[in-house]
This record gives sequence, C-alpha cells and structure tokens, in this order.
Amino acid sequence: MRWDFATVIEHADVLAIGAVGTLRIFAICLVLGLGLGLPVGLGRYARNPWLRAPATAFVEFFRNTPVLVQIIWFFFALPILLPFQIGPLTAAVLGISLNSAAFSAEIYRGGIQSIERGQWDGARALGMSWLQAMRRVILPQAIKRMLPALANRAIEIFKMSTLASAVAYVELLQQGKLIASLYYNPIEVYTAVAAIFSVILWPLVQLSYWLERRLKGGE
Amino acid sequence: MTVLRLAGLVKRFGANPVLRGIDLTVERGERIAILGASGSGKSTLLRCINFMELPDEGRVEFGGQVVGSERDGRRRYAERELTQIRRQVGMVFQHFNLFPHMTALGNVMEGPLTVLGQDRVQAEARGRAELARVGLADKADAYPAHLSGGQKQRVAIARALAMDPALLLFDEPTSALDPALVGEVLGTIRALAEDGRTMLLVTHELGFAYHVASRVLFLADGLIHEQGTPAEVLKEPRQAATRAFIASHKQFSL
Amino acid sequence: MYRWDFAPVAAHLDLLAIGLFNTLRLTGAALAFGVALGLGLALMRLSRRPWAAWPAGLVIEVFRTTPPLVQLFWFYFAAPLVVGVEMTPYLAALVTFSIQSAAFFAEVFRAGIESIERGQWDAARALGMNRGQALRRIVLPQAVKRMIPAFMERAIELMKTTTLVATISYADLLFAANEVSQKTFRPLETYTAVALAYFTVIYGASLLARRIELRLARSGEGTVG
Repeated sequence: MRWDFATVIEHADVLAIGAVGTLRIFAICLVLGLGLGLPVGLGRYARNPWLRAPATAFVEFFRNTPVLVQIIWFFFALPILLPFQIGPLTAAVLGISLNSAAFSAEIYRGGIQSIERGQWDGARALGMSWLQAMRRVILPQAIKRMLPALANRAIEIFKMSTLASAVAYVELLQQGKLIASLYYNPIEVYTAVAAIFSVILWPLVQLSYWLERRLKGGE
Repeated sequence: MTVLRLAGLVKRFGANPVLRGIDLTVERGERIAILGASGSGKSTLLRCINFMELPDEGRVEFGGQVVGSERDGRRRYAERELTQIRRQVGMVFQHFNLFPHMTALGNVMEGPLTVLGQDRVQAEARGRAELARVGLADKADAYPAHLSGGQKQRVAIARALAMDPALLLFDEPTSALDPALVGEVLGTIRALAEDGRTMLLVTHELGFAYHVASRVLFLADGLIHEQGTPAEVLKEPRQAATRAFIASHKQFSL
Repeated sequence: MYRWDFAPVAAHLDLLAIGLFNTLRLTGAALAFGVALGLGLALMRLSRRPWAAWPAGLVIEVFRTTPPLVQLFWFYFAAPLVVGVEMTPYLAALVTFSIQSAAFFAEVFRAGIESIERGQWDAARALGMNRGQALRRIVLPQAVKRMIPAFMERAIELMKTTTLVATISYADLLFAANEVSQKTFRPLETYTAVALAYFTVIYGASLLARRIELRLARSGEGTVG
C-alpha cells in the first residue's frame, strides 16, 4: 500500500479547528473536574454525615459508571426533563467534569488523610480554625503529595475529551472522522490524529513521571 | 583434594576496587573463617566464588576446572556454566532470603525439585531429612513468617544442604539475629563442621571462628592481610591492622 | 411534568441482556489477552537487551499517550487496510483493549517484579536456578499477589472503557441502549436504566475488589501499582 499524507496536510486547517476544540474542552474539564473535586473530597473527609453521605454517593456513582454513558445520558436523556436543549459541548463537559471530579475528590481526600495528625494539632494549638488549618497547613503539604495523581488525572481528562465526538462535538477525532469519510484515507488520518494526540500528551506524561520520581525521591 | 582455587581475583564496583588480588586455595574439609571490617570485601569475595558477582580479573578454579573461557584477553562467563557451579556451591545469607510463599519444607525441596529435576517423592524425603538434621522436622509445614530468626536461618542452611554442595558459603549468618538466637545457628554450623564439610564462613563471631575454623583469613582493603591457624591469627596477630580489629571486638574471649 | 414509563424499555430487556453479555465477554477476553501480553511486554522491558527493551517501551508509551477511542478507530478503520484483513467491530475492540491493557499491565508487572527484594533473586540464583526458573518459581508467585489490587482496578476500568465500542457499532450494552431508545422513543428511561445497570455491575465489582484488597492487606502482603 502507499501512504498518502498529502490529503491530510491539505486539510490541516480542518484538523486545526478540531485541535482547538479538543484544547477548549480539555481546559474547561480540567478546571471544573479538578476544581469540583476539592469540595467533594472535603465532603468525603467531613465528620458530619449530612456532608459526607451526598459526597460519597456522588463519588461512588460517577466513579462506577462509564463516562461515555454519562455523556450520552446528559445529551439524550436529561433534556427531556429540562425546558431547554443541551448542546454537545455542555453534555460532554458535564459528563467528563463530574466524572473527573469524583476521581479527583478521592485524590484530595487521600492526600489530606496522608498528613499526620500532629500537623492538625500544631495548627489548632496556634488557634487556627479548621478552615485556616486546612488552607495554611494541611493543603500546602498535601498538594505536593497529590501532584503526581492529579497530573495523571489531567492526562485522563485529555484522553476522555475524544468521547465528545460521540455526541458530534467538533474536536480532533471528530474532524478526523470527517476527513476520512470524505477522502477515504482512514490510515493516514487516524495515524495523524493519533500522532497529534501523542505529541500533545507526551510532555504531560513526562511531567507526571517526573513528579512521581520527585515524590519518591523526596520521602 | 582441592575444591577451590582463586588466583589474582579482582573485583571493582565502578572505579572502586573491592577485591585487589585474592589468592586462595581451599582443600576438601577445610573450614575457613573470613574476618575483616565492614567494607573490606568479605561478602564480595564470597559472592565472587559462586559468581553472584563476576570477577573483573583473575581466575576461579572449581574442582580442578577453570571457570569461564579466555577471549580477547578477557575472561568470559556463560550463564549456563555459572548455573552449574552454583548448583555445587551452597550459600547461606545474612538475611536468610527464605522464599516467603513456600513452607519450610517447600523451601528445602525447591532446589532438588526445580534445579536438579528430582521427583516430588524424592525431593520431599530429602527435604525432610535435611530439616531433621537442623532440628526442625516439626516445622516442615510452617511458613517463614511464622518462624523465629534462628529457625529461618536453620531452614536456609537445610535448603543449601539439600543440593549436596561440595562447598558451603556462609555470609554473616548470625549478624541479623537476636543475640539469644545466635547460639542455635552456630550450633548447627558447628555440627556441619564436625561432619567434615568444606566451608567458607564470613563472621564477626571471633570465638566461634577460633573453635570451629581450621584456618582464619583477615581481609583488609580487598587483600588477604594475614592468615593462619585460629591461634596464630586470633591470639598472636602479626599485623597491626589485625590486632586493632581483634581489639575492637571486645566481647571476644578465648 | 414528565411522566416516567419504564414499561417500553422493559419490553426490550432481552436486547439489553445480550448487550450486557457482550460487554462482559469483551472485558473478559481483553483482560485475559492483556495479562498474558502484558507479562511479555514487562519481561521485554526488564530485559538487558536493548532490542527487546526498546520496542516494548515504545508500545507502552504509544498506548499511554493516545486516547483509547483514537486507538479503537485506528484499529477498526485503518488497520484492516494496512494488514489487508476484514475487521469486525468485536475484533478491533479486542485487539485495541488487549494491547491497551497489556501496556498498563506491563507497568504493573514491572513494578511488581521490581518490588521483590534482591535477596530473593540471590537465593534463587545461589541454588543454581537460571533467570527463567527464578522468575517463574520465586519472583512471580510473590509479585502476582502484590499486583492483585492493581489488576482488579484495571479490570473495572476496562469494563467502563468497553463502552467505546458502541461508537463502532459493536452490540455492547451501550449500543443496545441506543437501539432500544430509538425503538421506544424513551431515551430518558432507557439511558437511565442502562446507567443504573452499569453502576450495579461495576459497583458490585468494586466492592468485591475492595474486600479482596482488605483481606490481602490483612494477610500482611504489601501491594504495588
């Protein structure tokens, strides 16, 4: 067989539009997924059952259902209950962000739990409130230990962004599908798409390795 | 009969020479205690004898045969040949290194079963006999996690014996033990010595070396600094370094 | 106010059941191939020979740095043209998820093997075992026990990932849901029911995994992964 990347290069602008879409949904889900995870993780850690029970239910539900099912549910099922439509971006963002929030919540909880009791005692003895102790003493230490896991989560979010193509959101894979169906050159297109993802993800993966090594070396 | 002969053995770790030319001949039935400060190369010497570490220079003769072949001015070792040597050399480690997923009997049977290819019945008979020899017949079905340190080390000795080794290497076999448990392991080793086994023993137990060894080597800076009968080396050391070493082992009383 | 009605969905329970069966079948098969292939990749990567270590490392990195859905599309749409064989959705999914799991398991195996103390290798070699014997008899049996939690976690992840095959029309549970929803015009009920079905199966598996992990932890063995 002959490789023909010319058609792919000719339509680089189509892929570029897709890449922008990929980066956009990645950025939104990264902020929402890791951001929402913190309050949920704190809820999981709370002693008050009124906080803990809903946080636990949220985490268990979203961790134990496939993201794609969630996205599809938000896109096809939820609008029936709502007076307005839900677009592909919104549905995908909802699915990926809530799923990621459930996973990152467990990272936050684990990180906070890994801090020794004595740190709390020290902060409380200074007269700090729970929130002050959390913000000034516990979280700064915990974040360091959580960084490798959070970096891994970011990588997962990036990979998950392709699922948005299932509801026809315009991202890299979706644009690849478009070119492949028009010019019947799936080998070149999907190889190119895989390569683009790989190139974007590679530094992120290296970063996660580096964080992991640093954490192992530091403790 | 000569069991082992080392000639000009050199071992370096990176640029750092650990053994700087060891010559040693071991006759059958000899019991050689190797003394020396930590870092003097004692353990490395043992590990070069069964090729857990490959010597950088020099020759090892085992049972009259030179190990490895000379090519391009360097000695090369084939893994297959080294495996054959290790089958004939038993080793007992400081930290026992028992296989935690096998019972005491399983540990002792493992060599005959996997390495020698014996059938299960034969290997089990052998295993039980060796456990009985070290006084642990009743612990055959116990896992290492449920044995004391002294018992673990005796199982490790039985494991080495089950291979019928021509030479036994002991690498500080009592250093990781509670003082109260040292005696039972030394007793087991002494019984093997009385059986006439050929052994090299790296140890800090000078009293034991004095009573059990037929020859004592004192290693310093990767060389055999002094050697002789236990009485010569331990009671009337000629070298200052040997004297200093013995003086620093205050618990040593003859 | 919307009136929920699950009856039309219940009428197509057989379709959904077949979908669930297909999901489980794919998960199980990919898991089995993934473990075997992963062990091979791990051994290659741990090898001292660069011609074995390097390609294994490449496969692992490529599969870690590309999204699963892109891999699936590549194997379904592109690979048949490269190799010149007919690709069914099931086969494409099986190949993709097997290699992808293998890349993951390879790292678990590697961590597990590396977590075994040097003394175990020493003792095995001192008995006269060769590398293969030491690995098979001494190192792997201990390493595998430490890897069990990572294996179970991956199995659960894999079951979730298999939903991607719906996008290439393999009749898994999600695809069946799509069909049922189009037949009944009841997407809300269908997708809700299917989401709950996934949750039940996966949550059940998670609970089981947690119990096994707890028991392993109590038996005093460390874990990796």
